[in-house]
Amino acid sequence: MPRNKNIKKVLLIGSGPIVIGQAAEFDYAGTQALTTLKKEGLEVVLVNSNPATIMTDSEMADRVYLEPLSADVLRKIIEIEKPDSILPTLGGQTGLNLAMELAESGFLAEHNVRLLGTNTLAIKKAEDREAFKETMEKINEPIVEGTIVTHVEEALDFAERVGYPVIVRPAYTLGGTGGGIADDAKQLKEICDGGLKASRVHQCLIEKCICGWKEIEFEAMRDSAGNCITICNMENVDPVGIHTGDSIVVAPVQTLRDKETQMLRSASLKIINELGIEGGCNVQFALHPENMSYAVIEVNPRVSRSSALASKATGYPIARVSTLVAIGYTLDEIKNAVTGSTYASFEPSVDYIICKFPRWPFDKFVSADRKLGTKMKATGEVMSIGDSFEAAFLKSMRSLELNVFSSEVNYFEKMTKKQLIDRLSVQDDQRIFCVFAALRAGITAEEVYDITKIDIWFLKKFETILRNEKKIQKEKLKCLDGDYMLHVKKLGFADKAIAEWCGVSEKEIRKMRIDMGITPVFNMVDTCAGEFQAYSDYYYSTYQTKTEVRKTDKKTIVVLGSGPIRIGQGVEFDYCSVHCVWALKKLGYDAVIINNNPETVSTDFDTSDRLYFEPLTNEEVLNILEVEKPEGVFVQFGGQTAIKLAKTVHENGYKILGTSFDDINNAEDREEFDALLTALDLARPKGKTVFTEQQALDAAEELTYPVLVRPSYVLGGQGMEICYNADDIQKYMSIINLNTQEHPILVDKYIMGKELEVDAICDGKNILMPGIMEHIERTGIHSGDSIAVYPAGLDDDVTQKIIETTKKLAFGTKTIGLINIQYILQGKDLYIIEVNPRSSRTVPYISKVTQIPMVQLAVRCSLGEDLASMGYGTGLHKASNYYAVKVPVFSNEKIPDLEISLSPEMKSTGEVLGLSKSYPEALLKGLLASGIRLKDGGAVLISVSDIYKQEIISTAQAFFDLGFELYATGGTAHVLNSNFIPTNVVGKLKDSGENIETLFATDKVCLVINTPTRGHDSTRDGFKIRRLAIERGITCMTAPDTANALAKALKLKKKDKDLNLVCLGDIKND
Amino acid sequence: MKAFLMLEDGTRFYGEPFGDVQNTVGEVVFSTSMTGYQEGLTDPSFYGQILVLTYPLIGNVGFNNFDYESHRISVKGLVVKELCEAPSNWATKGSLDEFMKKFNIVGLKGVDTRALTLKIREESVMRGMICLQEPTAEQIEELKSYKIEKPVHRVTVKEKKKYDGQKSGKNIAVMDFGVKENMIRELHKRGHNLTIYPATTAAEEILADNPDGILLSNGPGDPKDNDDIIANIKKLIGKKPIMGICMGHQLLALANGLDSYKLKYGHRGANQPVKDLNTGRVYISSQNHGYAICEPKGSKDIEVTFRNVNDGTVEGLKYKKHKSFSVQFHPEACPGPMDTQFLFDDFERLMEEDTNAQK
Repeated sequence: MPRNKNIKKVLLIGSGPIVIGQAAEFDYAGTQALTTLKKEGLEVVLVNSNPATIMTDSEMADRVYLEPLSADVLRKIIEIEKPDSILPTLGGQTGLNLAMELAESGFLAEHNVRLLGTNTLAIKKAEDREAFKETMEKINEPIVEGTIVTHVEEALDFAERVGYPVIVRPAYTLGGTGGGIADDAKQLKEICDGGLKASRVHQCLIEKCICGWKEIEFEAMRDSAGNCITICNMENVDPVGIHTGDSIVVAPVQTLRDKETQMLRSASLKIINELGIEGGCNVQFALHPENMSYAVIEVNPRVSRSSALASKATGYPIARVSTLVAIGYTLDEIKNAVTGSTYASFEPSVDYIICKFPRWPFDKFVSADRKLGTKMKATGEVMSIGDSFEAAFLKSMRSLELNVFSSEVNYFEKMTKKQLIDRLSVQDDQRIFCVFAALRAGITAEEVYDITKIDIWFLKKFETILRNEKKIQKEKLKCLDGDYMLHVKKLGFADKAIAEWCGVSEKEIRKMRIDMGITPVFNMVDTCAGEFQAYSDYYYSTYQTKTEVRKTDKKTIVVLGSGPIRIGQGVEFDYCSVHCVWALKKLGYDAVIINNNPETVSTDFDTSDRLYFEPLTNEEVLNILEVEKPEGVFVQFGGQTAIKLAKTVHENGYKILGTSFDDINNAEDREEFDALLTALDLARPKGKTVFTEQQALDAAEELTYPVLVRPSYVLGGQGMEICYNADDIQKYMSIINLNTQEHPILVDKYIMGKELEVDAICDGKNILMPGIMEHIERTGIHSGDSIAVYPAGLDDDVTQKIIETTKKLAFGTKTIGLINIQYILQGKDLYIIEVNPRSSRTVPYISKVTQIPMVQLAVRCSLGEDLASMGYGTGLHKASNYYAVKVPVFSNEKIPDLEISLSPEMKSTGEVLGLSKSYPEALLKGLLASGIRLKDGGAVLISVSDIYKQEIISTAQAFFDLGFELYATGGTAHVLNSNFIPTNVVGKLKDSGENIETLFATDKVCLVINTPTRGHDSTRDGFKIRRLAIERGITCMTAPDTANALAKALKLKKKDKDLNLVCLGDIKND
Repeated sequence: MKAFLMLEDGTRFYGEPFGDVQNTVGEVVFSTSMTGYQEGLTDPSFYGQILVLTYPLIGNVGFNNFDYESHRISVKGLVVKELCEAPSNWATKGSLDEFMKKFNIVGLKGVDTRALTLKIREESVMRGMICLQEPTAEQIEELKSYKIEKPVHRVTVKEKKKYDGQKSGKNIAVMDFGVKENMIRELHKRGHNLTIYPATTAAEEILADNPDGILLSNGPGDPKDNDDIIANIKKLIGKKPIMGICMGHQLLALANGLDSYKLKYGHRGANQPVKDLNTGRVYISSQNHGYAICEPKGSKDIEVTFRNVNDGTVEGLKYKKHKSFSVQFHPEACPGPMDTQFLFDDFERLMEEDTNAQK
């Protein structure tokens, strides 16, 4: 069937900010959908609140709305834009839920808007637990024994009947939010209560626990004619019980016979047929490890994280094909873009193995609960491709950038066998290393299997890795003849690891290896295992015999990507990498990208001229540079990941485009940088460079407390903290010393003031500053966690000073391309906090608001063009007449025991933007988009530390005036009441009678304002109050500035439906 | 120990031998199926061939008692990238290495199977030899002149064999050209009584047993090598409902006056899309064939029912006057997708209609 000609204008709903469970994969899917729809000549409207994405670029759709994702906003947009269709299945659970809400309310029918692709009934059958159960029973597909409950008591009854443990799965939530495994009635009560609250429809499924079964996934596709295929199957290394987003996953399945594979494949097809899916769909199974019984765990009737992974794993573009299917095409009409000769109605066959490894935030959230279960905790993931499991696994491990190059992680090495056996049963992010340590200690694979249920096949592969590690550790260089070197390289061993074991440098091993003639070749990901000629230019390294890289006559430039999404380095750097690639293509170069994040647009093989899906390590990057022999390499767009590689690129004789290696280094090196500031006569908070605890204490003494401590070479404020006393310093140094530090620790005087941020482009002669941003929260809170307002409201003389200083710094650091500077403004005094000679988190949003293609200009500067001739002027760009407020979004509810209070340590996972001609409205939009919605006439609980008690009076007054009922703990209540602000006193947690916990239980409280006392002691009241609020879904603010901003926005008295909506494309027309 | 695969043009692919270590000559073909190597190895259609598997990790589930498609390994040699030495699956009875030893077949592991596959794809299927040492002039001669002679005659059963089903079941004659056991299982589980005939059984003898339908099975080699069988099939046409699969499909076509040709590198894998031209539905099929049937031009009585979506080749035929149909692909799967098992139901229906018409 060809395209449905009645479809002319399509609305696409994005997935909003990046949160745990919903990350960059929806930028990839959404971008593919938009490109596809536009190519088909359709008019496209996009709504998404996330400014850091490629999909929200104004060129990506005819009309782009960076607006809060709520049903009311969508209603309004539908009324304005009058689309005839909505594509609901490309925007994650957020997009799907909103579309369902609009459909179920009858609004879509009233406005003659149809839902494209999978219809509402099918979505309901897949997502609603009862409907799903009925459907599966109807077609005789086994499901896990379970029941749907809306009350905790029903759950308890069920568990009594089938026996513990049971699993709780809330309906309609992301990443399994609110679920868990309960071993007894007490746990069940707790988990079920949380799950019911997390569910949009107040439903939970309680299931008999089948932990330990194999977890198998199929990515399936069906079109309107009923053609069904499966694109990829995947096997979780971790069995059922750990969320698939937190599992190490391989594709294709490894431990299944053909009959088992086909049984599950047939079941997938039967299921998507019965549901009537039109587009991509994910089906998850549990397969008994000792017979052929299985159960259907879950069906996701939309593109998902797994479908992004499957697309990258096979080369089959699931989002693109889903989009085409949604507008009427059948699979046999859609060409396979990789081969150009075959069609989308085939199943990819791969001749390699892929391994996906989750990227958890526990390197930043050191005190958070690391246990893994049915709730996803990973912020991102890496994927790697190899032709052996060992190679794929080891490649993915080093792609995580955790400085792990072998299976050895020292914290398990000292444990006894007994300790290891006990530790094996703890399911957390470190268990895989514990498995290795256990096997290394001589615990058998069978014993490890009994505890972990990780299939023996994987354990035996781990043993292969260990055996060879041990051999090199013991025999060192002696054993490394050509044959053995080739053998271990085929197993994926890193030069760096081999070097460490042999006690020589990585360089020496590399040279030795190359002298032996052992270098990798690059094979193509072609969807068909070589059966057909392919044109995908999508490669991975392997130690085989024939390279397949297809180069052209054009000059080549390599762009280093940013790796997995993690706290502090999110999708914004992928945005910059993609724009760099696009700019290079436009300039006539062959743009090559190296990256390992399967969720992103940069790793879509359509984005660059050549894609290398590889770890971003010295070794792997050099291997590619040796093949590509590029004109130059860009390191300034891939975040700190790319910056870290600058040294290797430079030292091996490749040209770094833009700011040179030496100048990058000088900006990052504390002493060089201090010298520069002195030379330029610029001020910065006084600071010291230290290595030891004693040095740190001495430095703090000299600078006087409070001080800010952090490691050098940082991003996302890793390990950054304000220390108020010697205790804080000692505690900090003990944590930081857990990992080996190659670089020194910085101790700075903490200055309180207004934080300002600038991104600028420099060509060496001129600078262009698209705008100045102002942070709402005062210094001491990481810029990534602050609300940022563009344009900043500054006096002219201050503005002038910032322009001059920025110029000085850009020239002084010899920046060519992008530079990001953070300032503190104290009165009229300007201090420099940080200078980053690279792209930053704010580049995407400032590019969008100012309509200045910052990355493109930076690329052109780096290639020698003059800024002045680019048509965007120089100096500070004229401020827009729109305000753009960037509001951070947190995933606090996903990480139990995380200290949520804002600090120099970044915690947010994503961001949203509020756009408006009025500042309060822009602020309100940003806050609404970030998910903050206060119930009218609800209650606000205030509990602040002494230093804030005076300041909070006006905040409290504002909320009182807005009609909120006020509650406060003793001291705070006393201050407020004595200032004539009627405030109810509420007892602290430990108080009996009416206390904070009982108050929360009344569901009255919609906002908690609680400032942290020093230290992150999880036993303290404040910590508990904040966690309790998060777990009950109550907005919790820990900086008075944020609360004041909220009050200011609320004074508008506007609801979603009252907002003035802004189409991004209209900004420049104004 | 080193060994290599030498192609007839002299190209060598190095690896290590496993299984029953010996020299061997065969036609080198590749299959892209990612699972089901035990089914593949025991599929008689691979007779005389050296099978290259494109999936790099082979042997992960060892071998077991359930996944035989015939009682022996049919390939002359197996070429893989990595052989799994520690298989893991509940059904496993031993490693693939042991399995190969049991049937005296040599394998070659550690080969760059992708490079080998691309070579075959670009230059077509060719002869090859797994060599343990430098081949002699005679061995090279053997390689260059290697031909799979009358393979169907070699793999077919020697004597008639019966499988009793239910009383109500049909009596089906299965002409064994190298039948895969799952065809038998598919029909048998539907309750039918099966008689397996050697490929050269005279048509008269089969018809004398008065079957309700005839299944022409899969099998190895060039369909044109089987003049005697084709002549025999001509005598069956129109007498009884016939279903042909793979070689059976080709022989039925030749018997009906159509022609066949050799494909450059065949269709071997579990991901081949075929389109049902009547309904427009596309199914993913399991395939294993090096030859295909030419377009039945000008014949009104022969309808093309299925086509390969990738290259448009004929994948299914219906003989309107003769109550017979055939498919190039494998509805019995094993290995591969089970999407087209309904064709056995179609065959059942055809037999039922025929029985009713006789009444």
